[in-house]
Parts: sequence; C-alpha cells; structure tokens
Amino acid sequence: MSDTPVKVVIDLSKPKGQRETIVALTADEIAERDAQAAQAETDRLAQVAADEAKAADAQAGRDALVALGLTEAQINALIG
Amino acid sequence: MKKTLIERTELTSAASSITFSSIPADFTDLLVVTSLRSDRVAATENLVFRLNGDATNQNTRLLRGDGSSASSFTNTSPIIGILPTANSTSNTFDSSSIYIPNYAGSAAKSFSADTVSENNATTAYQHIVAGLYNDTDAVTSITLTTSNASNFEQYSSATLFGISS
Repeated sequence: MSDTPVKVVIDLSKPKGQRETIVALTADEIAERDAQAAQAETDRLAQVAADEAKAADAQAGRDALVALGLTEAQINALIG
Repeated sequence: MKKTLIERTELTSAASSITFSSIPADFTDLLVVTSLRSDRVAATENLVFRLNGDATNQNTRLLRGDGSSASSFTNTSPIIGILPTANSTSNTFDSSSIYIPNYAGSAAKSFSADTVSENNATTAYQHIVAGLYNDTDAVTSITLTTSNASNFEQYSSATLFGISS
C-alpha cells in the first residue's frame, strides 16, 4: 500500500456522478507541499517571536509608567 | 436571492486537498461550506484557500479569538483559519463558510470567511476574514488544503453553492 498523498478533484464540467477523481500527488507536488510546510513553520516561528517582542515591549512600557509613579489603576485607564 | 447546490464531496479516505474545478460562470456569487479535520499531530493546522490554484496573489486580514484572547493579523499566504487536528477532541470537524462575490467578473476578487476550528477544550479558534484575490481572471477553481503537509481526514466534506439574484 502506497503512502503517496492524494488529492480530490471535482471537475464540474462533467455530469454529476462522474465528477470526482482521486489522484496521487506527483513528485513535484509533494516537493512543493513540503516546501510550503517548511515556509509555514518559518512563518509561525516569526509570528511567535513578534508576539513575544510585542508582549515584552508592552510590559517594559508598563514598568516605565510604574517607575514614573503611576498606579496600576491609572495605567489601566490610560492603556487598558 | 437563490442558493443552488453545485456539488458536495465527503472524503472516503484521507486526502491532501479538495479542488472544485471548471466552475461554471452561471451564478453571481459562490459560497463554500466546509467540515474538515486534519490528521496533523500538532496543536493546530492551517486551512488554506486558493483561487485558480494561485498561491501568491492573495492577501487576508484576520480577526482571531482563541478562547482566552483576541488578536488580528495580516496574511500574504492564503490561510483563512485553523482546523481541528489529531490533538483535538475526537470526531470534531471545522465549521467554515467562505463567500466570493462577483467571482466571474473581470475585477479583483474580494472574499469573506468565518471559520471555527471546533474543540471541546479551552482553546479553539474562530476567525473572521476579509480577503482579496488580486487577479482579474474569473474564478474557475477553488482548492482547500493545509499549509503543513497534512491530510484532511476521512468524512471531511466541502460543499459548493452558487448564489444568483
């Protein structure tokens, strides 16, 4: 039994009942799929890093306001 | 307004993608409704939505709720949501709908979507999506796939409706 991934294609130019075909991916399609997965992981890690940087900046800003003498209530009223 | 079922498919075994091709230009708008689940062994898998097989000409703006926080972001890849995975509650499938107005016209194509991952746990993902497919060709094919090389599981389904005035 092959582990080659397949795709489902529904050709709407054909009559009902004859439209669906299941096709094994070609080597090029599998390579493209793997490349997209690698890119998706890169994008995910970049998003995680951006989210962490944003959270760190937010906390640093909050800490700076506390150092200036603002209360938590005042900070929350300003920035939520 | 009239909604016409064009075609529905339910997978009898796992598949990497579902494509509706040779979509007739008989309607005003298109509506795609999905019930999909990924076999990826990870917390999440992305739902990818491609028009005319094009992976590059599409931008989306997403609003996300995940059960504890809200966020928003822009994608230059055609990701429109998150699917339940092998790590999600058994037998749960996403609930998503994607609307494509004026799909057969010669202007750039906008679309909107709302997608829900479904999971009987604290974390599940809901997205509201505004998208632009920046191409003047009529939409003749729609592909649903994933971005991490996983498969849609058996019993996943996709339904294509035509909307006419």
